[in-house]
Amino acid sequence: MNADSPLKQTPLHALHVSLSARMVPFAGYDMPVQYPTGVMKEHLHTRSAVGLFDVSHMGQVILRPKSGRIEDAALALEKLVPVDVLGLAEGRQRYALFTDNDGHILDDLMVANRGDHLFLVVNASCKEADFAHLQKHLGDTCELTLLDDRALIALQGPRAESVLAELWADIATMRFMDVAEAALHDVPCIISRSGYTGEDGFEISIPAASAEDVTRRILEHPDVMPIGLGARDSLRLEAGLCLYGNDIDTTTTPVEAGLEWAMQKARRAGGAREGGFPGAHAILGQFAEGAGRRRVGLKPEGKAPVRGGAPLFADAEGKVPVGTVTSGGFGPSADHPVAMGYVDKAHTANGTKLFAEVRGKYLPITVSALPFVTPTYKR
Amino acid sequence: MLKFTDEHEWLKIEGDIATVGITAHAAEQLGDLVFVELPESGTALDKGATAATVESVKAASDVYCPLDGEIVESNQAIVDDPALVNSDPQGAGWFFKLKLSDPSSVNALLDEAAYKELIA
Repeated sequence: MNADSPLKQTPLHALHVSLSARMVPFAGYDMPVQYPTGVMKEHLHTRSAVGLFDVSHMGQVILRPKSGRIEDAALALEKLVPVDVLGLAEGRQRYALFTDNDGHILDDLMVANRGDHLFLVVNASCKEADFAHLQKHLGDTCELTLLDDRALIALQGPRAESVLAELWADIATMRFMDVAEAALHDVPCIISRSGYTGEDGFEISIPAASAEDVTRRILEHPDVMPIGLGARDSLRLEAGLCLYGNDIDTTTTPVEAGLEWAMQKARRAGGAREGGFPGAHAILGQFAEGAGRRRVGLKPEGKAPVRGGAPLFADAEGKVPVGTVTSGGFGPSADHPVAMGYVDKAHTANGTKLFAEVRGKYLPITVSALPFVTPTYKR
Repeated sequence: MLKFTDEHEWLKIEGDIATVGITAHAAEQLGDLVFVELPESGTALDKGATAATVESVKAASDVYCPLDGEIVESNQAIVDDPALVNSDPQGAGWFFKLKLSDPSSVNALLDEAAYKELIA
């Protein structure tokens, strides 16, 4: 990202400013990091009621098969992701990863089957590169569109369903990872039951021209509070979800990251469409033999947060390096510091005592099961 | 006498002892604090040295020693409850007491009017 280029704005920028958000540059956009409520209360409100997030900076991509057959788009996309896209039913969504030829992760994304096309949501910082990657490899079979005329909001928390049910009664029929189309305040929206907080919730794609109006009206509901990127990060960290660029990147593989669940049987060894994605040899090899290191949850034993980048050691003197923290902070719901990182495979068992170097001290930190909070997805 | 630094600290000067904390403006900018680390009594610090560390949910920040001196007391209350710094930054949320090496060095600090202008 060129630091000199002017920051872009989402369709909800004026709304954030009117709500007195503190705005920061993020992935080339001027984004709200917190509102006057503050990160702690925003986080806790999302877990107890409903948080509303602007995630319009993320890339929304339409992948339409030139043949008119959705199977052709699915098979084309399978050349870039180690995921069963062909088996994804209409109206369903799943998590996916773009891999490179070494089996490393170029980005993580969501893929939805929308009947006559696939709908992808990719990370803001990767969207141009992802689109070029798709264009290069799928351009002959699919018509690709990076949507720049739609906002994306997330409504997350235990009361998200009841808030949206006041606008669309059928919302309750959706299960986790369902995708549907519905009018909210007479505006046609694409709604998925998914999110990035560990809570039940929805992501809603809204035409940019109506986005502020729809969002303002949802915010009028007493259960709903706007939530900034600060709490978005602490929520996803407690939920054990990876942040691209921190916890997964072009130096990590899906197996190292513990994302085997994202690779369905059809693409694994012995599956109907085994391999056939970039880095398949390396990734399937790690599947069979295990990786030399693995992403784990880490619970600092003291009160001091341990941040991304902190080196990890097996001993309290910092002599035996065993890994690195990739994300860390304070978990307001866990009520203690939380972190995740990569450690050598000999040290990945839950309960393993390690030491993190923070400001020249070696602080005790324990390998812990992820997530730190129990997800409440409506499966 | 109340003085301020352009690093957003306040100093309440009584003789050669300065009680030091961060300003309401700094506390608001940092957001909800979840961790505070303070210097031990007896620690001699130069002006500009890292005296304390504060952490919000999101990030860690250093608090610098505003003048040369020796730490004579630290506020355990904010270690036990970092939220005190947010709720009462210029009162119960004080950080440490510093015995000044040169009490006249306070003259170079900002007065309240100058600090208010700085953050305006």
